[in-house]
Amino acid sequence: MKMQESASIPKFTRKDLIPGGEVKWCPGCGDYAILASIQKILPELNTPRENFVFVSGIGCSSRFPYYMNTYGLHSIHGRAPAVATGVKLANPKLSVWVMTGDGDAMSIGGNHLIHALRRNLDLKIVMFNNEIYGLTKGQYSPTTQMGQVTKSSPYGVPDYPFSPLRLALGAGATFVARAFDVDGPHLQAILKEAALHKGSAFIEIWQNCVVFNDSVFDPIVSKESRPDHLLYLEEGQPLLFGKDKENAVISEEMSPRVVPASEAPKERLLVHKSGLQDPAYAFLVSGMTYPEFPVPMGIFRNVQSPAYDEILDGQVKKAKAKAKDNSFMALFDGLETWTIN
Amino acid sequence: MPSDSGLASQERTIVNKVTVRFAGDSGDGMQLIGNLFATEAAWMGNDLATFPDYPAEIRAPIGTLNGVSGFQLQIGASDVYTPGDNPDVLVAMNPAALKVGLKGLKDGGIVLLNTSSLTERNLQKAGLTKEDLDRIKSSYRLYEVEITKLTQLAVNDLGLTPAQAERCKNFFALGLISWMFNRKIEPTIDWIKKKFAKNPAIMEANEKTLVAGYRYGENAEIFSAFPLYDIPRARMNPGLYTNLTGNQAIAYGLVAAAKQAGLELFLGSYPITPASEILHELAKLKHLNVVTFQAEDEIAGICSAIGASFAGMIAATSTSGPGLSLKQEALGLALMLEIPLVIVDVQRGGPSTGLPTKTEQSDLMQAIYGRHGEAPVVVLAAKNSADCFHMAYEAVRIATKYMIPVIVLSDSYLANGSEPFRIPSPNELPEIKVQLRTDPNGFYPYLRDPKTLARPWAIPGTPGLEHRIGGLEKDSLTGCVSYDADNHEKMVLTRQEKIARVQQDIPDVEVLGSPDSEVALVGWGSTFGAIAQSVDELNRSGIPVAQVHLSYLNPLPGNLGEVLKRFKKVIVPEINLGQLSRILRATYLIETIPFNRVLGVPIRAQEIVEFVHQVFEGVVA
Ligand SMILES: Cc1ncc(C[n+]2csc(CCOP(=O)(O)OP(=O)(O)O)c2C)c(N)n1
Ligand code: SF4
Ligand SMILES: [Mg+2]
Repeated sequence: MKMQESASIPKFTRKDLIPGGEVKWCPGCGDYAILASIQKILPELNTPRENFVFVSGIGCSSRFPYYMNTYGLHSIHGRAPAVATGVKLANPKLSVWVMTGDGDAMSIGGNHLIHALRRNLDLKIVMFNNEIYGLTKGQYSPTTQMGQVTKSSPYGVPDYPFSPLRLALGAGATFVARAFDVDGPHLQAILKEAALHKGSAFIEIWQNCVVFNDSVFDPIVSKESRPDHLLYLEEGQPLLFGKDKENAVISEEMSPRVVPASEAPKERLLVHKSGLQDPAYAFLVSGMTYPEFPVPMGIFRNVQSPAYDEILDGQVKKAKAKAKDNSFMALFDGLETWTIN
Repeated sequence: MPSDSGLASQERTIVNKVTVRFAGDSGDGMQLIGNLFATEAAWMGNDLATFPDYPAEIRAPIGTLNGVSGFQLQIGASDVYTPGDNPDVLVAMNPAALKVGLKGLKDGGIVLLNTSSLTERNLQKAGLTKEDLDRIKSSYRLYEVEITKLTQLAVNDLGLTPAQAERCKNFFALGLISWMFNRKIEPTIDWIKKKFAKNPAIMEANEKTLVAGYRYGENAEIFSAFPLYDIPRARMNPGLYTNLTGNQAIAYGLVAAAKQAGLELFLGSYPITPASEILHELAKLKHLNVVTFQAEDEIAGICSAIGASFAGMIAATSTSGPGLSLKQEALGLALMLEIPLVIVDVQRGGPSTGLPTKTEQSDLMQAIYGRHGEAPVVVLAAKNSADCFHMAYEAVRIATKYMIPVIVLSDSYLANGSEPFRIPSPNELPEIKVQLRTDPNGFYPYLRDPKTLARPWAIPGTPGLEHRIGGLEKDSLTGCVSYDADNHEKMVLTRQEKIARVQQDIPDVEVLGSPDSEVALVGWGSTFGAIAQSVDELNRSGIPVAQVHLSYLNPLPGNLGEVLKRFKKVIVPEINLGQLSRILRATYLIETIPFNRVLGVPIRAQEIVEFVHQVFEGVVA
């Protein structure tokens, strides 16, 4: 949205975003925290409430639009990016958000996700990753850890999981980030950055499913684990972690390696830069997984390139400038016609 | 420029209709000269219908039977319903085209053969012997013309390579045929000038060849011994005409409707034969407020259209049978959301990949019933290429008025065939009045118009109307999710009732042919022309039959039951195994006599005539 519009935009508050009616997630579900964070940041985006559209697929997470007093469309399983594409192309002024789950986005909807990202259409794609199919009561998803016992994998999951971040990077997403449900301020900062980004944005949010996959992220995100196992990415800052930042991540033969900070060779110490055109660095850090590495949270990639809607708009302007006529009869321009009396 | 032959008016035989088939190698430009001949005939006021018939392989080996590309058209001085059952004239550019083209040629029909192509090798590839040629000579009126050689002579002073010179030979054939049937070649010359404006050498070569072919006819002795033809102008509605294929007509109908509605048009589509041209045509029309989106698959095609409709565009998606299967789940969503949406299905031979370039009418059931749940949608079908415009337009009218998805059925035959289309002025077209809701007072997402049961179209960006919709069952007023049993039943019935109300808004069926006869031929879609022609012939030969044609398949026209009960026998010709027939039996509890062919080609009028004879003779009950 253009900044000069801000003066005339009627203000709304977080309360205006609560539609009334019950929120039906399980008590203690991580989805509540994500909802609260989004309701918190929307009023700060200088966009009128009626210009927000939340589009979702199917899943617990995809119930999200019902709980936001904006325009919303709860579509069918996996197809939200495609529906959102139509909304955005119809009216590029709208701020269009895709709310999706790990099953919705990475399994049945994988095709739509990669293509929406590849086109760099200005959509905000927020994926609630609980590493499980919540709504269908606990089958493994494309992000469930290998070997995990779930309802549909009594002998352990035989699949290799996706890395959602690497999938998004591979698809060419221009904004790729990760956050988690319970760190509200961090999540909100990331969501705001994503909203300001012009182009496709992919945000993976780790979300705890208390019923079917409780505490899977605890080894990383619990208060006690964070210092040693979680690394907040900060622009321009070296990748240091530990209670006293005593550990560093360096690059060795194009791979990350953990060393004591005091021994890190300066030229090989990784320093966070999300604005690199080449996604190689983002790919490298997004591959840091538990328990070998501290798991990074933050913005992995944030680069500008022309968005699909802008490119399309340019084509329309060009076509309109060239056309002599845009009336009904212009349809038949260039066809052989004859008159019968 | 050649003038009309002075001899023409005396020596030419006046004919009412003629069917010509051009056949050659895929690279010989048969589709092009077929279309140009159609334009020449149209300029002279003939009615016509065309049928391009090309090989499934993009580049089949040269000179082989598989590589033969055909273009058939019927031109006439009175209503032309079809591209003709059996050609009167075959233009064959090589032995393979001769062999393929002879199938169906009328006994004693005219064959114009390019004898320059009769090499040992070509004959072998076509599996023809010298003896075969002799037999052909005795059964048909064979005219042997060295088309390739004469073409090379015509352009020999232009410095073209032999290959370039040879490529002009289709224009020689066109010139000659134009002369035989007394069609003016001016429109073709205009076309050549425009098309090759940037390449004067090729322009001149093609024009010279065309004129040479025409003159060859005037001068060559071979023709003087035989009758020449003329086809008087047909009585057509006055107006401005153009030639449209069915796919073009669908595209233009959608644009016209969006313009009438005062909204922009969105098409979300994934390429598939034979529907792709709808996407191609609309992609050219950005200046007319058309947005096209080539999606990653058919599901994304329809889903993007659903999004665009939600956000206030006239939205459509185009596909063929396999794509319609993929779209069905999303179509159910559109129906639940109660948003306007047009789905175009250009049918082809199925199931699965089936016969992708051939025609069939086998998607009727999947259009009407193909979704899970009680999921009724409106289904329309175009009866000829020009009607594709009107049905696409009608689909938008109904979709927006009732806030409902509408499927338009076309097929491969209509999609590729063309015929004269009278360009309507916008004020002749039915009204499409769209009201986007803006008033927040008393707004409920599912509060309905009492007459149409349409819910308000309230688009994102409108202050005060923020609301959520989705595929879960919703409360009949607020649109909020509701699992209440009574509410669900009410909503299922309401969605069905909406379809029923569309019936008040569509015309009754007409009975054509002999309305008082005891036998009716009932059809839908592209069999219209063949049925009309057969009814015409039967009635003229003293066998009274009536024709009932259905443009609206769901809901069916209000008077249909009463009309059908007037007849003792109801024959239903279809290019499937009896899909409409079953619907009529189930809906009206009447007996029907299905007549079904699934040969990948249109049913011929003659086949229907023969079948009706059998019914009259009691062979078929
Ligand atoms: C076409 C179709 N197939 C399957 C389902 C059943 N289904 C609903 S949600 C879901 C998985 C959802 O998982 P996820 O996207 O991770 O969402 P979560 O519930 O975990 O938030 C499945 C398989 C469906 N609704 N539609
Ligand atoms: S099942 Fe899991 S994801 Fe779904 S609402 Fe309950 S806690 Fe949340
Ligand atoms: Mg999940």
